[in-house]
Amino acid sequence: MKLNLASLVAGAVMTVAAPALADLTIPALNYRTGPYAPSGIPYADGFSDYMTLINERDGGVGGEMINVLECETAYNTEKGVECYEQTKGEGALVYIPQSTGITYQLIPKASADEIPIWSVAYGRTSAVNGKVFEWVFNLPVTYWDGASVAVKYAMEQEGGSLEGKKIALLYHNSAYGKEPIRTLEKLSEKHGFELVLLPVDHPGQEQKSQWLQIRRERPDYTFMWGWGVMNQVAIQEAANIRYPMDKFIGVWWSGSEADVVPVGEGADGYKSLTFHGAGTDFPALQQIKEQVIDAGKGAGDGTKWGEVGYNKGVYTAAVVTEAIRHAQEMSGTAAINPKQFRDAMESLEVTEEEFDALGLGGFAPAIRLSCEQHSSPRLAAVQQWSAGDETWTLLTDYMEPDFEIVDPLIIEDSMAYADENGITPRCE
Amino acid sequence: MFYREAGDFKTSYVDDGQTFPIRFDRYRYYAVLAVAFVVVPFIVGDYLANAILLPFLIYAIAAIGLNILTGYCGQVSLGTGGFMAVGAYACYKLMTAFPEVSMFIHVILAGGVTALVGVLFGLPSLRIKGFYLAVATLAAQFFLVWLFNRVPWFYNYSASGQISAPERTVFGIAVTGPNTEAWATYLFCLIFCLGTGLVARNLTRGTLGRTWMAIRDMDIAAEIIGVNPLRAKLTAFAVSSFFVGISGALFFAVYLGAVEVGEVFGIQKSFLVLFMIIIGGLGSMFGSFAGAAFLVLLPVVLKLVGVNVLGFPTDIVAHLQLIIVGSLIVVFLILEPHGIAQLWNVTREKLRLWPFPH
Repeated sequence: MKLNLASLVAGAVMTVAAPALADLTIPALNYRTGPYAPSGIPYADGFSDYMTLINERDGGVGGEMINVLECETAYNTEKGVECYEQTKGEGALVYIPQSTGITYQLIPKASADEIPIWSVAYGRTSAVNGKVFEWVFNLPVTYWDGASVAVKYAMEQEGGSLEGKKIALLYHNSAYGKEPIRTLEKLSEKHGFELVLLPVDHPGQEQKSQWLQIRRERPDYTFMWGWGVMNQVAIQEAANIRYPMDKFIGVWWSGSEADVVPVGEGADGYKSLTFHGAGTDFPALQQIKEQVIDAGKGAGDGTKWGEVGYNKGVYTAAVVTEAIRHAQEMSGTAAINPKQFRDAMESLEVTEEEFDALGLGGFAPAIRLSCEQHSSPRLAAVQQWSAGDETWTLLTDYMEPDFEIVDPLIIEDSMAYADENGITPRCE
Repeated sequence: MFYREAGDFKTSYVDDGQTFPIRFDRYRYYAVLAVAFVVVPFIVGDYLANAILLPFLIYAIAAIGLNILTGYCGQVSLGTGGFMAVGAYACYKLMTAFPEVSMFIHVILAGGVTALVGVLFGLPSLRIKGFYLAVATLAAQFFLVWLFNRVPWFYNYSASGQISAPERTVFGIAVTGPNTEAWATYLFCLIFCLGTGLVARNLTRGTLGRTWMAIRDMDIAAEIIGVNPLRAKLTAFAVSSFFVGISGALFFAVYLGAVEVGEVFGIQKSFLVLFMIIIGGLGSMFGSFAGAAFLVLLPVVLKLVGVNVLGFPTDIVAHLQLIIVGSLIVVFLILEPHGIAQLWNVTREKLRLWPFPH
């Protein structure tokens, strides 16, 4: 057995020790299996399909092909670490962990290995402070911003005051779900609403007791930080107890077709936050349909095309390619390295016109990052599900969070991290 | 051919009673140790260490721990994940409270804390047995995870409820935190693995181990011949939890670096370690290692073969992995219910005679 073991290890080493260094390698820590697959598959398809489009249509970025290296994590941190270790030797430009737990895991590791991390509106909120988190980006918006925007929206609906109201937070009992709690606590002090916390344990299929509590407590609004099957179950339970759907607001990860379609008519009127446009009415998406999916080169079966999760993947891929282009301009080489990618991210500017030129006009608000600010534009809108025609519609403009509340929290948390890890703030 | 036992005489009881009485086995054991301590640290890279060797060593410690309780003492436990969490959180609290102390001491103390908690949850074993005890330990599993999620003191009031390991050293060399060298973490875990292996092996063949096995084989008979069941069961819980605690501490501090209790130390971890000892072989030291190797390496090898060699899509490989690992477990249990350890024993007995069987 010992000998067997050695030969297995040797075999494993040989297979991984053959990196393809030629292309611009971007690992995709996807999850197409497990209880989070309903949320993970559309994103993974969107990301890969956009990159395929760039490769097919433009021949890559600046003449360099993009190599998306898929690695299956099943939303599990241990597998995420294994994927990271496996892919980092292959010249990975940037990690997009697709999980708050994996992001927390990778922040110290990637910072030590000098590979940038972009957590796309998840992960550690205080990574916004680029002075402390040199290698971590959290754009376009953070959970604390999201919590603040949701409260702001609720306040607008209630005619400007939440005094004496009750807001419940139904959250995935993990680092992800716990992120908004501190902000909501601060906001409840400021606006005088009562906050009820309802944790749901992994994987989230069992929520009877939480919804019993919602029936008893009768919160005026219910916010949800859910993911994977938890979303579908929550919306189904809400429909079962006839909770008013327009008072039920999910974060951007709790508002895609996979979450509402299974509930059918009952989900009509459900709301969620979002940071990008819904639907397929964008030239880039049409091109993906024609040149990638219909040509049989899609990453998935093509059924996810245009879903909210899919569009998130497209958004992420579009910003990554813009950052690569910017890095190529800055450094003057086509084959950029992670350091150059990071420098480019730090001075990245994607205007609305540039989004337009990408075929994504009106898809998302403009982005402008700096050394201090590792998140931009920090705006979120509210969208609503219509079960009749199965579409999401934007209800509001992109709204700003309450920076007075969020920013001090970010400074406090990031400085605590800096102290713990002996980081001297930069950008001076 | 391999085994040349002619002339291998034992002239003392010490010789006769050693762990590897056959010369060839003994030399092979030394060779493995030499390779593990002298060769591997020089060639180990981040991937080999973090994806294969560290999980193997750490799960092996956990499997040894559970094997003592379940394999040697016959007390079924489904609380391994919870006890690993105790080790991890104890280690975290110690690391953050006493930063200047060596990691060796923290890990051992974390094991000690887990031993105490283990004894506490072992108390019901004096009254209940078998499936009922399994359910009681299952309660421990859920209670402990709930506790670490619920009480902010355990995670130092961090916003995310996660614990993350700051950089700590052994003799000035970092073994936790992001700036570790692969060889340092590997050697650190290897020393613990070897240490627990030696202690467990020697405990199980001494008086204590014999009382455990007596309880396992028939508790009433054991009591009649003078084995104190209270002492035997509680020591088994203590020693087992001590090892499991060490593995939990290493799992958190050295291997993962940041842990979320519900995900990492959930019920599936308890089952994983239980499968390891069932597949490896109940009541066998070698079985603990073999089981850990089987369940750590097989998914990685299948993934590498499927994705990198055959070029299948990652999700298909992930599904195939589940199918193959699952069916191999079933096949193993049908063909060799006593696990890989027994398979190896049979092979070894054949090899000893080969090429001239009677």
